[in-house]
Amino acid sequence: MENLNSYLIVSAVLFSIGTIGVLTRKNAIVMFMCIELMLNAVNLTFVAFSRYLGNLDGQIFVFFIMTVAAAEAAVGLALFISFYNNKESIDVDDANLMKW
Amino acid sequence: MFDKVWLIPLFPLIGFLINGLFGKKIKNEAVIGGIGTLMIFLSFLVSCGILMQMIGLPPEQRVFEKVLFPWIHSGNFKADMAFLVDPLSVIMLMVVTGVGSLIHLYSIGYMHGEEGFYRFFAYLNLFCMSMLLLVLGSNMLVMFIGWEGVGLCSYLLIGYYFHKKSAGDAAKKAFVMNRVGDFGFLIGLFTLYWWFGSNHNIWTINFVEIKAASHLLPFGGVVTFATLCFFVGATGKSAQIPLFTWLPDAMEGPTPVSALIHAATMVTAGVYMIGRMSFVFIKSPETMMVIAVVGAATAIFAATIGTAQNDIKRVLAYSTVSQLGFMFLAMGVGAFSAGIFHLMTHAFFKACLFLGSGSVIHAMHHALHKIHAHDDAQDMRNMGGLRKAMPITFITFLVSTIAISGIPGFSGFFSKDEILWMAFANSYHGNLNVVLWGIGAVAACFTAFYMFRLVFMTFFGECRINSKAKSYLHESPLVITIPLMVLGALAAVGGYIGMPKILGMLPNYFEHWLEPVFALANEYGSTYAHHGAHPSHAIEWGLMGLSVVIALIGIAIAFTMYVKNTELPGKFVAAFPTLHRVVYNKWYIDELYDFIFVNPCKAAGQFLWKGFDVLVIDGVVNGVANVVMGLSGIFRYVQSGYIYNYAFSMALGVVVMLGYYIFK
Repeated sequence: MENLNSYLIVSAVLFSIGTIGVLTRKNAIVMFMCIELMLNAVNLTFVAFSRYLGNLDGQIFVFFIMTVAAAEAAVGLALFISFYNNKESIDVDDANLMKW
Repeated sequence: MFDKVWLIPLFPLIGFLINGLFGKKIKNEAVIGGIGTLMIFLSFLVSCGILMQMIGLPPEQRVFEKVLFPWIHSGNFKADMAFLVDPLSVIMLMVVTGVGSLIHLYSIGYMHGEEGFYRFFAYLNLFCMSMLLLVLGSNMLVMFIGWEGVGLCSYLLIGYYFHKKSAGDAAKKAFVMNRVGDFGFLIGLFTLYWWFGSNHNIWTINFVEIKAASHLLPFGGVVTFATLCFFVGATGKSAQIPLFTWLPDAMEGPTPVSALIHAATMVTAGVYMIGRMSFVFIKSPETMMVIAVVGAATAIFAATIGTAQNDIKRVLAYSTVSQLGFMFLAMGVGAFSAGIFHLMTHAFFKACLFLGSGSVIHAMHHALHKIHAHDDAQDMRNMGGLRKAMPITFITFLVSTIAISGIPGFSGFFSKDEILWMAFANSYHGNLNVVLWGIGAVAACFTAFYMFRLVFMTFFGECRINSKAKSYLHESPLVITIPLMVLGALAAVGGYIGMPKILGMLPNYFEHWLEPVFALANEYGSTYAHHGAHPSHAIEWGLMGLSVVIALIGIAIAFTMYVKNTELPGKFVAAFPTLHRVVYNKWYIDELYDFIFVNPCKAAGQFLWKGFDVLVIDGVVNGVANVVMGLSGIFRYVQSGYIYNYAFSMALGVVVMLGYYIFK
């Protein structure tokens, strides 16, 4: 495991792409996918460090994160469908009831 | 029998509970009235039993204290729920339960058909219980329960017709004025308790213990302060200057209430309290003088107002204030037993007068109601000539009027003459005596005048009632006239138990009876009394004759003005319009009090409401809310509602935190 840096760079790039996507896109599903991207960037970091340090803790964390992400996907999609039924749209700008 | 004394207040309490809780369901007037009357009558029977037993005992064994249960025991302070039976309280018991029973009986007839019949009897029973507690209390705190209780019942019963604004106002006025006096009573109580405790380590409020320790009290000084405070309490309850204006207004209540509470019993509480603590009051010559002067001033002052009133009950109300003034005059000149004697005879004839006026009002109201007229049933200008229609009421009323006027042979003569004589011959007030006697004698003349004016205007002359109503005038039913006859008889002969020694026909049982109660006070009094030449019997005879002549003069004036030359009063008013207006408006005392006390109080209340409460209190509360709202008005723009804004702020936060740790 001589090339830790390249894994970390890929991870950072993925995380930044995800962040920028969440900040700039309006479509809820796209935003959701960007969040998944960020999570997976973190996963990549976990696995890379786990391998590098020879400690399995990081990989176990990754399993938990993937489980949570799966649950999140289920809940999130349900929310979007419900939202779509009400507003005929999944644009997050239309979800503004809590606004001042 | 003595240890059954707790039954006396218990019976009216039971009556109060039955009528108060279930009266609305019972509905039957005979049952409700019967329970109320029976309960107080049972108390009367127990009182009679106690009196009989006491008569059989030698004087030194006539004091008995019955402790029902320990009430408050805290450190040095000890107050039991305890009753004191002695010659003084027995007399009061007899008056309260005896006159009370008659008035309850009368009320069955008088209140017939009134809405809230049960309420009336419940209050009346509650009043009797409070009054009996006041009379029987063996310490000042039990007395104070009764003292407050009678004030409360007075309030409830004056405001019996609570839908009338005037009745509600009168009730409030009575309550507030009584509270002013009660405050004085409490301060006096505390002062006495504190003085005995801190100076002699005698922490007591028990009358018997205070009496036993009373030789420790100094003359004047702290005693003057304490007794003056007590006297303020007495002026409130007994309607003396300066706290008398509530009593005439109290006539808004039903007439039996006026008879029982505002003539015969409650208003005498102040006199009784001074009698109960005579051994304390006599220790302060200054207080004695204040009491005598206030009593005499009230007697003449109220009597003058009584001469110009047209409402039959108002005349009697001012007469009551005036007679109470006589009682205080007696207390102030150290003639305690004469004061209590007048209290008793006054209870007889004044109750009879009030009930008689109630009978008249009842008949007038009934007659006016029949023809649907709205004339005032209490205004004497609408009456006249009633003696033919109401013979029993007329005779009993006349007997009582003669008694109050002080005609020899009737009860009022003995008691009033005794007071006037003691005002003249007492050895406490020196040169003031003649003045006190003079004021008393003039007040007696006024009394005879306004009472006979009342009788002449009501029962003699032409019938001035609406001519159609005339045929409906008739005598009241027996349930009303029986109490009248009993009280009339008592008013006539009740005085013979207290005949002055000088007349020599009968010994003065009454004074003799009360001698052990007031012996100590007289002993203290004699240490500073002026031992001058005692006025001779000739003077006493002369003064007695003079007071009879004075009374006859008053009657003669009334006869001339209201029977022979009925246009004379009108001429008199025309000749002295200002004087009449001032007297008719009660010397503008109510207006004066409004100006000095009521209006400033209202203004202060207005200020505290509009100024302090609205501006300061509400200002602080609303101010805090406004500040929070203003700040949140700024911060709410943070909540844009756009998810990317929130996400951006989160990301920015992360960047800032990371930056901080990297570059620090």
